[in-house]
Amino acid sequence: MARFGMVIDTKKCVGCMDCVVACKTENDVPEAFNRDWIVQDVRGKNPDLHMEIRTERCNHCDNSPCVYCCPTGASHVHDLGGIVLVTHDLCIGCKACLASCPYDARFINPDGYADKCTFCVHRVEKGLDPACVSVCPTHCMYFGDLDDPNSQVSKLLASRKNHSLIPEAGTKPQIFYLV
Amino acid sequence: MNEYTTTRHNELVDPSLHIWGWEIPVYLFIGGLVAGMMIVTGYFIFKGKYKDKACVCRVLPLLGMIILSAGMFALFLDLEHKLYTWRLYLTFKVASPMSWGAWILIVVYPAMIASFLVNVPEYFSNKFPWMDKISEKLQQHKYAVKNIGVVNMLLGGLLGIYTGVLLSALGARPLWNSPMLWLLFLVSGLSAASAFVHMVAKRVDERELLAKADNGFLILELFVIALFFIGMVTSTKVHIDSALVLLSGIYAPAFWVFVLALGIVIPLIIQLLAVDHKIKHTPVAPIMVIVGGLVLRFVIVYAGQYTRWVDAAF
Repeated sequence: MARFGMVIDTKKCVGCMDCVVACKTENDVPEAFNRDWIVQDVRGKNPDLHMEIRTERCNHCDNSPCVYCCPTGASHVHDLGGIVLVTHDLCIGCKACLASCPYDARFINPDGYADKCTFCVHRVEKGLDPACVSVCPTHCMYFGDLDDPNSQVSKLLASRKNHSLIPEAGTKPQIFYLV
Repeated sequence: MNEYTTTRHNELVDPSLHIWGWEIPVYLFIGGLVAGMMIVTGYFIFKGKYKDKACVCRVLPLLGMIILSAGMFALFLDLEHKLYTWRLYLTFKVASPMSWGAWILIVVYPAMIASFLVNVPEYFSNKFPWMDKISEKLQQHKYAVKNIGVVNMLLGGLLGIYTGVLLSALGARPLWNSPMLWLLFLVSGLSAASAFVHMVAKRVDERELLAKADNGFLILELFVIALFFIGMVTSTKVHIDSALVLLSGIYAPAFWVFVLALGIVIPLIIQLLAVDHKIKHTPVAPIMVIVGGLVLRFVIVYAGQYTRWVDAAF
């Protein structure tokens, strides 16, 4: 079975927010909410500073606490590549999944259900890349099967130094950042 | 330095999580209180005290059902997709404490109704004689009555434990991620229930017994709180920072003053003097214990949402 994931090259990301706009347009994300966003992370001691700009979203964790804590089964892992999704008319809006996510990637849609990145599953089913990946002007985002050693994402991870977000939380995130 | 800037500003999530308002702490407190009331009722029924017309165990089940229903209504108010609430009862998710809770809430009602029917209060037996007949029949079966007591104690324990597990299972909030939380909420629930029963009991010996029990629970609660913090401050950096939110951070005044001083230590001193017959029993200490228990849930729920993992990977 495929295991979909994303690889983001932080050396190329300029934080232009095209991915954010593409997501909002493609998925009709309600006003004032975001399924993906840009983070600017500056660390070090002046003048020896290091800045990482990256695009973030739901990490579609392999060990997803949002799926385990859901009392109705609304949060689930899709058969297609382990994408984590929410069935809207099963969700009661208890917000346990929001509390369980170390990335705070979820929000409550104004219609009452938990909402988040779907990896644009409707596009992936047609063999297309997620909207954010397809519009990136610097081509810093890659989407593919992490279980396939010949996929571009696997090759990038094998050849470049990378990190995931908050790996110590133990959720096995499926988005990796090249550094 | 570590400067983190994000373009995300999702409602209820940023700048720090604030998904749960007053409804959840109130519900968790009520869950603990009613759990304690079920355990006290179960104990009195098991011990055969129900035969006494003045026994507090005759009124506790009804009060418990009314209070728990109010708590469930608060829980319902918190749901964002209210029309779909029934979806909870179409499935059972073994890994979800909330699913366990939804079913536990359904199971405790028949247990409380059974304990209510063991010896129906006069007001009801006069109005509905058939209830009295059920009581008479039940009381002929001594072991059935004892079992009702045991079931109430077990389900009460389960209800009290689940209110803590609900939060501690959410590993993304370091302050909640403690194996002591279920014990803290269970003991706090027992303490609040003892204080409540102390106020409503008619018999002096029951009031004395519950005051003594409450003192024991309050002392135990102090130990559990100490263990909760020892576990936190000997854990990872995020857990240490979370503990400091309560110990010296923005929730410290509420924690030290309302939970520890006014909610546990001072009522404990008052009640120790009262059971020693140095001062009279008054509702002051029980009210302080109950309010302290409520504030504890508020502080834990609010401070827990304030705590989070921070990315230390890159």
